[in-house]
Amino acid sequence: MSTHDLTIPIAAPARPWRERLGTLIPILVLAPSLAASFVYVFVFAAWTLYLSVSTSSLLPSYGFAGLDNYMSLWANRRWNIAYTNLFFFSGFYILGSMAVGLLLAILIDQRVRGEAVWRTIFLYPLAVSFIVTGTVWSWLYNPADGIQALVRGLGWSSFNFALTSDRNLAIYAIIITGVWQSSGFAMALFLAGLRSVDPDLIKAAQIDGASTFRTYRRVILPTIAPIFLAVAVIQIQFAIKTFDLVAALTRGGPGVSTTFPAIYVYDLMFQRGQIGEGAAAAVMMLAALAVVLVPYSLWVVWRRRRESGHG
Amino acid sequence: MADTAIALPFDAEAAAASRRHFWSRFAIYGLLALFAVIYLVPLLVVVLNSFREQEEIARNGLISLPQSFRLNAWSDAWGTYCIAGTCEGMKRNFLNSLWMTIPATILSTLLGAINGYVLSKWRFRGSEVLFTCMLLGVFMPGQIALMPWAFVLGKLGLTNSTYGLILVHVIQGISFTTLFCRNYYVGIPDDLIKAARIDGAGFWRIFRKIILPLSPPILIVTVIWQFTGIWNEYLFGVVFTSGQQQPITAALVALTASGTTARSYDVMSAAVLIGALPPLLIYLFGGKYFVRGLTQGAIK
Repeated sequence: MSTHDLTIPIAAPARPWRERLGTLIPILVLAPSLAASFVYVFVFAAWTLYLSVSTSSLLPSYGFAGLDNYMSLWANRRWNIAYTNLFFFSGFYILGSMAVGLLLAILIDQRVRGEAVWRTIFLYPLAVSFIVTGTVWSWLYNPADGIQALVRGLGWSSFNFALTSDRNLAIYAIIITGVWQSSGFAMALFLAGLRSVDPDLIKAAQIDGASTFRTYRRVILPTIAPIFLAVAVIQIQFAIKTFDLVAALTRGGPGVSTTFPAIYVYDLMFQRGQIGEGAAAAVMMLAALAVVLVPYSLWVVWRRRRESGHG
Repeated sequence: MADTAIALPFDAEAAAASRRHFWSRFAIYGLLALFAVIYLVPLLVVVLNSFREQEEIARNGLISLPQSFRLNAWSDAWGTYCIAGTCEGMKRNFLNSLWMTIPATILSTLLGAINGYVLSKWRFRGSEVLFTCMLLGVFMPGQIALMPWAFVLGKLGLTNSTYGLILVHVIQGISFTTLFCRNYYVGIPDDLIKAARIDGAGFWRIFRKIILPLSPPILIVTVIWQFTGIWNEYLFGVVFTSGQQQPITAALVALTASGTTARSYDVMSAAVLIGALPPLLIYLFGGKYFVRGLTQGAIK
């Protein structure tokens, strides 16, 4: 059958065969990628879901354990720290990078000279890995060699900036570094949004005598409101998946004070041999992403439908 | 006489306006410069420290003007520095990353281009649903796939190998590259394809003669994005490989963690820069496309 498909059109261009082959090729070409993606998305997720209700410990095993892994996960103090950290970090990280990003975007939008240079400077951290950023900032936070040493050397001898060695403050070190890395990203998106605002709208506001500040607050920012949401959703995704930055910056310490869900999963699966509970934690991460992304995607689809309905 | 009478109040107003203008410009550039310093200082510190002597860094701290200049740290970091017992520097890991990133980038981009072509120009019943399912891969956290991947790579005999990481990155990347290319190809007019089909051109001919010549912008964006993402990836690298097989991100963490003795900031700075250089260069030379990928990726 398949040999016929291949040989006949070459030997004699019999049209029906050729047409049938023509409709099949796209599907055949797509099939391997589809199969791989299907396995990756659905089979792997189901697999981990199953591991999370299995009796797996050091090795995967497939005895059914019900919700035991979830019970022990939620009873674990370290998991408690992990998701508390996630909420705390997400809030400040998102607000911080959006505030800085918006400020930078508005500043650049004031017809400044050398726009490309400013943009390049604010955006380059995004090209570099969290590993590099985290490593370098861990040095800057090091009280003996970094920022604290610099300021003390300048004469302010009681200056304290030992964030990463204080279990109550280490999370702020991660927030600051995260904001430093990602506010350029927010800036780029906000800038693209500012540039897409109808110039007539801005002109009309200026003719009415509105100040620059007022024009932004009343006219420009409300029209780019969807971008705020998009930036926030993308940043929440980053936050939930945060692993590299913490691994390079504090390694979850001091103690377990900067444990994040992703760190917890890695630790349980590959350091402590508690695969079942690690899988349960991974499923919780997936659930957190779904809680954010599903309503957002539905909203985007709804909005697109409505717009195309009007247009 | 009448002229000056009119001009005087006008002038004062203009002067006030230009003074206001000056101060607002001053504030804008001042703030931009302040933030630029905050963004550039960490980079500057690492670059300078990679050329300073370790004794000087230990004496004056990480953030201070250099008083010495030498290149030893770079050659040490590249070839002789010891990480966890082996003294071969970052060279092996850099090459691992390169041999992982280049094939994975090319493969995932090619597959993405072809998939995007099918999903935009050869739609069939259910293709939109399949596309949506593929998209889910973009959002999957790597942690969900860790144990399954470990099992699959073990079965295939690809544990602790660059080939295993290539496989992981290609399959993980397909959804992303397909999304990019599909959204770009949707903008190519269908009439172009229809006309070619009437002329008797088939699936591959249309791809080669019409789609590919129009593709460079999106292919550059995709390649830049994939290269940067795969080069910078850490989780899969640290989980599926160890020691000599690790990509550079994992090796950097191992390097800086192993500093139980005196920290040699000079060598570590050079090592960090070696790890950061490829994506930084790509960013500097392809910045326009980098930003384009960013804004496109966000509209997904």
